Amino acid sequence: MNTPDSHEAGEACLACPSRFSQLRKLGLRVGESDFVIALAGNPNTGKTTVFNALTGLRMHTGNWPGKTISRAEGGFSYEGKNFKLVDLPGTYSLLSASPDEEVARTFLLFGQPDVTVIVVDATCMERNLNLVLQVLQITRRAVLCLNLMDEAHTNGIEIDARNLARDLGIPVVPCAARSGKGIPELIRETAIMAARTDAPPPRRLPLEIPGLRPALDLVEAELHEVFPNLPQPRWVALRLLEGDREIMEAVRSGEIGTLAEPVGAQLTS
Amino acid sequence: MKSTEDLLKQAAELRWQLPQNLHDRIAESIHGEAARIAGRSVTRSGSNRRLAWQQRLDHFLTNPWTAFPIMVAVLGAILWITIVGANVPSKMLGTLLVEQGHALLTEWFLAAGSPAWLKGLLVDGMYLATAWVIAVMLPPMAIFFPCFTLLEDFGFLPRVAFNLDRVFQKAGAHGKQALTMAMGLGCNAAGVVATRIIDSPRERLIAIITNNFSLCNGRWPTQILMASVFIGSFAPKGWGGSIAALSVLVVALLGFGFALLTSWMLARTVLRGEATSFSLELPPYRPPNFWKTLYTSLIDRTLIVLWRAVVFALPAGAVIWLCANIPVGDASLAAWFVELADPLAWTMGLTGVILLAYIVAIPANEIVVPTILMLTVLVTGAAGGAGAGVMFEADDATVRAILTAGGWTTLTAVCLMLFSLCHNPCSTTLYTIYRETRSVKWTTVSALLPLVMGFLLCAIVAAVWRALT
Repeated sequence: MNTPDSHEAGEACLACPSRFSQLRKLGLRVGESDFVIALAGNPNTGKTTVFNALTGLRMHTGNWPGKTISRAEGGFSYEGKNFKLVDLPGTYSLLSASPDEEVARTFLLFGQPDVTVIVVDATCMERNLNLVLQVLQITRRAVLCLNLMDEAHTNGIEIDARNLARDLGIPVVPCAARSGKGIPELIRETAIMAARTDAPPPRRLPLEIPGLRPALDLVEAELHEVFPNLPQPRWVALRLLEGDREIMEAVRSGEIGTLAEPVGAQLTS
Repeated sequence: MKSTEDLLKQAAELRWQLPQNLHDRIAESIHGEAARIAGRSVTRSGSNRRLAWQQRLDHFLTNPWTAFPIMVAVLGAILWITIVGANVPSKMLGTLLVEQGHALLTEWFLAAGSPAWLKGLLVDGMYLATAWVIAVMLPPMAIFFPCFTLLEDFGFLPRVAFNLDRVFQKAGAHGKQALTMAMGLGCNAAGVVATRIIDSPRERLIAIITNNFSLCNGRWPTQILMASVFIGSFAPKGWGGSIAALSVLVVALLGFGFALLTSWMLARTVLRGEATSFSLELPPYRPPNFWKTLYTSLIDRTLIVLWRAVVFALPAGAVIWLCANIPVGDASLAAWFVELADPLAWTMGLTGVILLAYIVAIPANEIVVPTILMLTVLVTGAAGGAGAGVMFEADDATVRAILTAGGWTTLTAVCLMLFSLCHNPCSTTLYTIYRETRSVKWTTVSALLPLVMGFLLCAIVAAVWRALT
């Protein structure tokens, strides 16, 4: 049943329309859009403010972590292309998740947006970079939005954006979304990234843990055999090796192969 | 073709060959990498005044001795601004929509030669209920919401959650419940959805069931009107607004107390378990974006909520008018129900009219007060209106006169305030609870628990009140 090119499908066929099918499964109204952009980031870094600045919509923002609890969608166009923008709840990590974080995690992992814009709080880079690095493991095309630069500046924090871009292997755009600073640059970088088919892989984690690499390769290959269409097999493999119960259950029931329903906030009790 | 079981078995075997603390090692390696990258690109220069100022403010807002008085004072201040500020515009809207608008429409309908029942249904029922909802609700909401949103933007809410964390922990509930309850102050349905930030199913259920004890925007106007008309009017001149605000504050705090008590009871009985700890980030204080906030909360929150109220008020107005005008035997449907419900209502310190109003208002709490007023006029035939189902004036004195004619005392107002705090959630909230829990059982519990508590509470207060006076 293995066609010769099926393994390449995830990499080479980014431009064909079928990539939207996964997004539709997650309940996204893809509509007339050419590209789907996801906004990810730690809680309270201003994702919704960036979303509003990009789309001209007025979603509610609030100065507390956890304000956005479900997904919001909006759109904008730039140079004749339509972009669908998805605002996700903030999440600290892709490794564990509360129901609202689960929305973000599932979308980033299995929705396969064209570009992931990672919004970070420039005043606490170190913690924010934890999530950035995790997101970079599962996506090829990402743009870093260095938000709250105004606040960082008043706090006496300077960030070398070019250095950071080189280290991460993705474009870095300093912004102050509240006053709209940097938003045009962010749009431009995102559009360029969306149109690229030859984006160089961003920084991958070394994961220099004895025995991990061969084990990952093995499990990933098997996952591919059982679920040929599974996005992010390597991430799922890592979760299996770590013994993540939820993922193990999803594999056992075969649910992970379908992901037809958005993993919403249903109580299990 | 391999099966999923083989796959899982192989993964499990491989897991044994890997370091035991794999999860920690991966987290560590991510962490180390993040620190290295940050170290190469981020430079900090010295201390700064803004951070010092924020820390000083946090010292006051998160210290138990100062934090609780400040939180209560802030809520009280918002209520006071709302009550005092809404008074004048409410009166103006009342005159415009209820008095003049109704007269004008009546004239038109009479001139067009419409049959009495049609004019009654459309103008005396649907239009009037809607006009009342707008006059009673719009001004307080247009003041309350922006105030609240400004505080939210400033960064006050997470501090409230931080302060209340220990209290909720003691009750066996999740500290983030403070945040979901704060959302419930706007709308309980929104509060129920907001419980998604709580990851333990047990604590999330507790937060869902008790969210109803946060007074929602549909109930603030009831509280405010009752407090202004029956409690504030006894205060010395000039103090009415403050006394009214104080009594609403007491009811709101009582609601908080009930939420804690119910959480505690649930956590000790059907939803037993340990409270989980969590980390909550205290965001920096940020100057709120005043005009933008004003715009968003006015356009989005206020108008959307008002629209919802109007949508429910239109059919409710028709139902009220029909109830009052469809004769069954020698009295109207409404009169029959009121007579039947009166004994039960009396034990609760309420009237049959109020109970009927609460049944009509199950879809939306917003329409309780207009419904009560219209039913009172219609059942008691009280002065102030002309004919069944019509009432005009909108100022406090007239409302008071009508309700007193309907057999109301201060006890009735107090019990109504308590019952408004403590009764079943509106149908939208119930539907949201069902959607979030996917459980008929918990939805039923969420509906009946506060209702039973409300019955008991009102009965006790009424009994004590009557014994003392």
